[in-house]
Amino acid sequence: MPNKLLSVQGLETHFQTREGTVHAVNGVSFSLDEGETVGLVGESGCGKSVTMLSMLRLIPSPPGKIVNGSAVFRGQDLLKMTDDEIRTVRGSQISMIFQDPMTSFNPVLTIERQVAEPLEIHLGMSKEQARDRVVELLELVNIPKAKERLNDYPHQFSGGMRQRVMIAMALACNPQILVADEPTTALDVTIQAQIVELIKRLRDELGMSIVWITHDLGIVAGLAQRVIVMYGGYFIEEASVKELYANPLHPYTMGLLGSLPRLDLDEKKRLTSIDGLPPVLMEKPGYCPFAPRCKFAVERCWNENPQLSEIAAEHRVACWVDPRTGRAR
Amino acid sequence: MGRFIVRRLLYMLIVIVAVSMITFGLMRAIPGGPFDKDKPVSKEVLENLNKRYHLDDPLWKQYGSYMYEVMIPHFSTQSSAATLDNDYLIDFNIGSLQFQWMNFGPTYSSRSRTVNDIFRQQLPISAQLGVMALIVALVVGMPLGILAALKQNTIWDYLGMSISIVGVSVPVIVLGPLLIWIFGVSLKWLPPTGWGTRPPYFLGFIPYNLGWSFFRSAIMPSVALGLGSSAVIARLTRASLLQTVREDYIRTARAKGLRERMVIMRHALKNSLIPVVTIIGPLFAALVTGTFVTEIVFGIPGMGKYFVTSITNRDYPVIMGTILLYAVVLVLANLLVDITYAYLDPRIRYD
Ligand SMILES: Nc1ncnc2c1ncn2[C@@H]1O[C@H](COP(=O)(O)OP(=O)(O)OP(=O)(O)O)[C@@H](O)[C@H]1O
Ligand SMILES: [Mg+2]
Repeated sequence: MPNKLLSVQGLETHFQTREGTVHAVNGVSFSLDEGETVGLVGESGCGKSVTMLSMLRLIPSPPGKIVNGSAVFRGQDLLKMTDDEIRTVRGSQISMIFQDPMTSFNPVLTIERQVAEPLEIHLGMSKEQARDRVVELLELVNIPKAKERLNDYPHQFSGGMRQRVMIAMALACNPQILVADEPTTALDVTIQAQIVELIKRLRDELGMSIVWITHDLGIVAGLAQRVIVMYGGYFIEEASVKELYANPLHPYTMGLLGSLPRLDLDEKKRLTSIDGLPPVLMEKPGYCPFAPRCKFAVERCWNENPQLSEIAAEHRVACWVDPRTGRAR
Repeated sequence: MGRFIVRRLLYMLIVIVAVSMITFGLMRAIPGGPFDKDKPVSKEVLENLNKRYHLDDPLWKQYGSYMYEVMIPHFSTQSSAATLDNDYLIDFNIGSLQFQWMNFGPTYSSRSRTVNDIFRQQLPISAQLGVMALIVALVVGMPLGILAALKQNTIWDYLGMSISIVGVSVPVIVLGPLLIWIFGVSLKWLPPTGWGTRPPYFLGFIPYNLGWSFFRSAIMPSVALGLGSSAVIARLTRASLLQTVREDYIRTARAKGLRERMVIMRHALKNSLIPVVTIIGPLFAALVTGTFVTEIVFGIPGMGKYFVTSITNRDYPVIMGTILLYAVVLVLANLLVDITYAYLDPRIRYD
């Protein structure tokens, strides 16, 4: 068995808002092997970003607060590190790329300044050393005429190019883990495919682990080894890609997969094609969070929230019902 | 950028024509005239005065010849000495050719001075006071706002914002005498009244004695005038910085492993100053033109008194000249702001 590079246990994050406490992430656990790619999927607002941001302690606080859990990376708990210690991890050993390449760059600094920053702070490079490396990085992500574009500002790049620069910036220090938070959602389809290919290629060249957050089970299929499905702040199903697509065991996952081939509809339509609204996170329900939208719900679903448990080999699910038979387990 | 500036200067011409027409119209529409005194002058004297100042000409002709004298540059080969009717703000020789521009005419309330004399002697003082007050507003307001934002919802935030509420709500007429009483009369650290510089000025308004002898008299009035605006700047800076630190790129900066101090200094501050810069233009105009009360309180021989009395006295040339000059200051201040804006935000291109 490969080494566990990262192991997150019982991570729980709340937001204190005027309306009350938002239970954004409710005690989730997962691990990541060296070189492994895991897909984290679920509809908007289910807590995917907050999970990964909590791990790096990047949630805005206040209102956010990590109330429980641990995130052990190479023997050290990220959640217990001092601020200085975690800064040496961020951007060097664990990097993130974000959904919107438009707003994720500082509009008033040049690309060179922004890509060079991790090199300067983590590797102690001088400005000149960093410049050469920035050119290399930009060439690595296939930016044409990289040298001439150093002094350009983010708005002078197209969306796809900007996302490439974002990738270059995240990979500057050769991280062991890349967290990609919906890096293709804001891009059009052909560009999406290019970016996915690029990250695949870089993963194989550089050998990093990836957590890929997305709405889109289709992208995950071609990229990840393992998939985690999230719903209402809980992990509800986890399996290898093959197993999950061949044999989904949670009604929500089945819904997601059932709505997958409908590429004619736009993303929002496809996701809401599961009837009902996403859950409100203001309280921790004493029942299954998916029960209100579930065709298979039985009485127990309304009385007890199921835990994620191993049903088949390497396949975990949180559901009281076996949707293949429609009967309780 | 060059074309943008030229365009804005042309636009300034339109502003000047519009402002001059409105001012001229309103000024002549209010009843009364420059020579109505408590003791009325005799009919012949009034007729002579009106003739002397061309007030018996038709209005369009008065307006036309005024604007002609103000706007159109004159060139002449034989140099003529300045008289009351013939005093140009810009007047110099290129070889044997004399270049003359901007004659704002005589003032009715003095037999020996022109409007340009007021512009040369009083206006610079008001401009100095306005600029100093702007500096006070920025130097006090921006750090206060930054501190309040970084220490949001702590004692520093509440303290800073309380001070700034006091700053906005205490008028110069209260703050001025208070300062005079504390620092001028009781402690005797600063001169209670007066202004520490006199013409001539470098570039028409910058004092040559730009040292303690100037500042000691300028500190109190500048603080009195600028403190209210510093409160406005502080609140705006705070709000803007709080908004900026919520932006996605700040999260990106943190995700790169930058220290919090660097995140603020390098990524948040410049962005958060953009909205602050935009109000500096109107603020500057408000400060330069709003020096009247401060000048009265501190006994400063500035423009304020002349401008206010010119209106009650129907001193038409002073009213027109002052308003036109203020209009130019306002347009130029906003132009400067727009240029600064483009410098701060690379997304903005004016061509
Ligand atoms: N700053 C915040 N204040 C209050 N609530 C927040 C905050 N950030 C996130 N949340 C809540 O946490 C929940 C999870 O948000 P998160 O951003 O993780 O969703 P997501 O799964 O990443 O969705 P998306 O696919 O739209 O990015 C949401 O319901 C949201 O309302
Ligand atoms: Mg998200």
